[in-house]
Amino acid sequence: MTDSDNKASPLPSAPLSSPGPRHHDMGGQGMKDAGPVDQVEHDYAPWEKRVDAIMRLVSDRKRKLMTVDELRRGIEDLGPGAYEDYSYYERWISSITNVLIEKGVLKIDELGRRMEDVRARWEQAK
Amino acid sequence: MTAAGVSARFTEGDRVRVRAAYPPGHMRTPFFIRGHVGTVIRFVGTYANPEELAYGRDGKPKQPLYWVSFPQSDLWQDYSGSPKDTTIVDVFESWLDPLDAGEAS
Amino acid sequence: MTAPHDDHDHGHDHGDEDWPYPHPKQPDLEDGPVSEHMIMTEAVAELLIDKDIFSAGELREMLESIDSKSPAEGARMVARAWTDPDFKARMLDDVNAAAEEIGIDAGTIPIRVMENTALVHNVIVCTLCSCYPRLLIGLPPDWYKSRNYRTRMVREPRAVLAEFGTEISDDVEVRVHDSTADLRYMVLPMRPDGADGLDEDSLAALVTRDSMIGVSVLKPDNQK
Repeated sequence: MTDSDNKASPLPSAPLSSPGPRHHDMGGQGMKDAGPVDQVEHDYAPWEKRVDAIMRLVSDRKRKLMTVDELRRGIEDLGPGAYEDYSYYERWISSITNVLIEKGVLKIDELGRRMEDVRARWEQAK
Repeated sequence: MTAAGVSARFTEGDRVRVRAAYPPGHMRTPFFIRGHVGTVIRFVGTYANPEELAYGRDGKPKQPLYWVSFPQSDLWQDYSGSPKDTTIVDVFESWLDPLDAGEAS
Repeated sequence: MTAPHDDHDHGHDHGDEDWPYPHPKQPDLEDGPVSEHMIMTEAVAELLIDKDIFSAGELREMLESIDSKSPAEGARMVARAWTDPDFKARMLDDVNAAAEEIGIDAGTIPIRVMENTALVHNVIVCTLCSCYPRLLIGLPPDWYKSRNYRTRMVREPRAVLAEFGTEISDDVEVRVHDSTADLRYMVLPMRPDGADGLDEDSLAALVTRDSMIGVSVLKPDNQK
């Protein structure tokens, strides 16, 4: 049995005027563009694990600076292009940074300066 | 069943309809089940409301959460797997209406 | 990115065997171009450390904790459940508590296990993001987070399972669990036929990550 040649059938109970799903809400949507699941895996790079570690720390019970719900909202609000243009942890660090700026934990000015410091240091280390 | 002063409105076996609502913003009820009828499998506890937590608020009052089962053949008109197949989704109570007595599913 | 050290060229001017140090000082940066997101990650980490939100030591401990989680922890639990019905009952009730019994820290996010039987085959997906029991079995594979998996698993699960080499008979219910809220899910795979004489460690060695996501079933020889 295969059910691979399904077209995206309209949901019978969704009103005609309803907006479609948001881009991250993927279940059963856009089937005509969906293809086989690419089973190639990559090992997570150290910087990707750092993103994960930062998130776990700022959201833990001790710090409670942000919630996983805010992380998700921030990823969704990066817009539809982010899913195509950014990798998984690129979306995460973008959202974490935006939320921490919103909350006043990070200031744009200090972040911009520090990013230039990091860039210069890494250029020099090459 | 109560937890933290919130009582669960539904119990195992209840037939429920997921609200056909399409607000903007962050929510955890997937589009593909909205408007559909399912069966409550279990009440699985009360949790801070993600629709509030996502915007930096405290998520109170907490929301009862359920496992709701949907026959695949109800979700997708042309589902071609086995008629036994189901999808279970975790749905917060505010998204569920009781199925009116006599209402056809 | 994790190819053996002697299998790729770092572009340094040091030679081969006579270089005394295992790796250069910026291991993150060696194998690919530096991206804006990598710079942002480093800058955010440094600023949060400077602000005493966490210490460099706490960040390192968290990285070690992330690296310590692997499917082996879940596999131990599955093997115990196969051999100890009382443990299985407690695991079906509360994975985190059952993990603690056998010395595994599965974190505080509640994990539930869905049991495969002769009548039901379970498989896990998160259509809204990428929820996964990472505090028990580690970070998810790339495909679990992919658009194609998240789109299709609730729509044509049998076709997706077939891509993983898993054919489920029509008289077995395929039960997809979309992990949308505060709970995380894993699958308790069926014990493979022909594994009767094995002890718990040997049984655990049969259990794959994919079988605990539900995209595969276990065969006696553990061949995929």
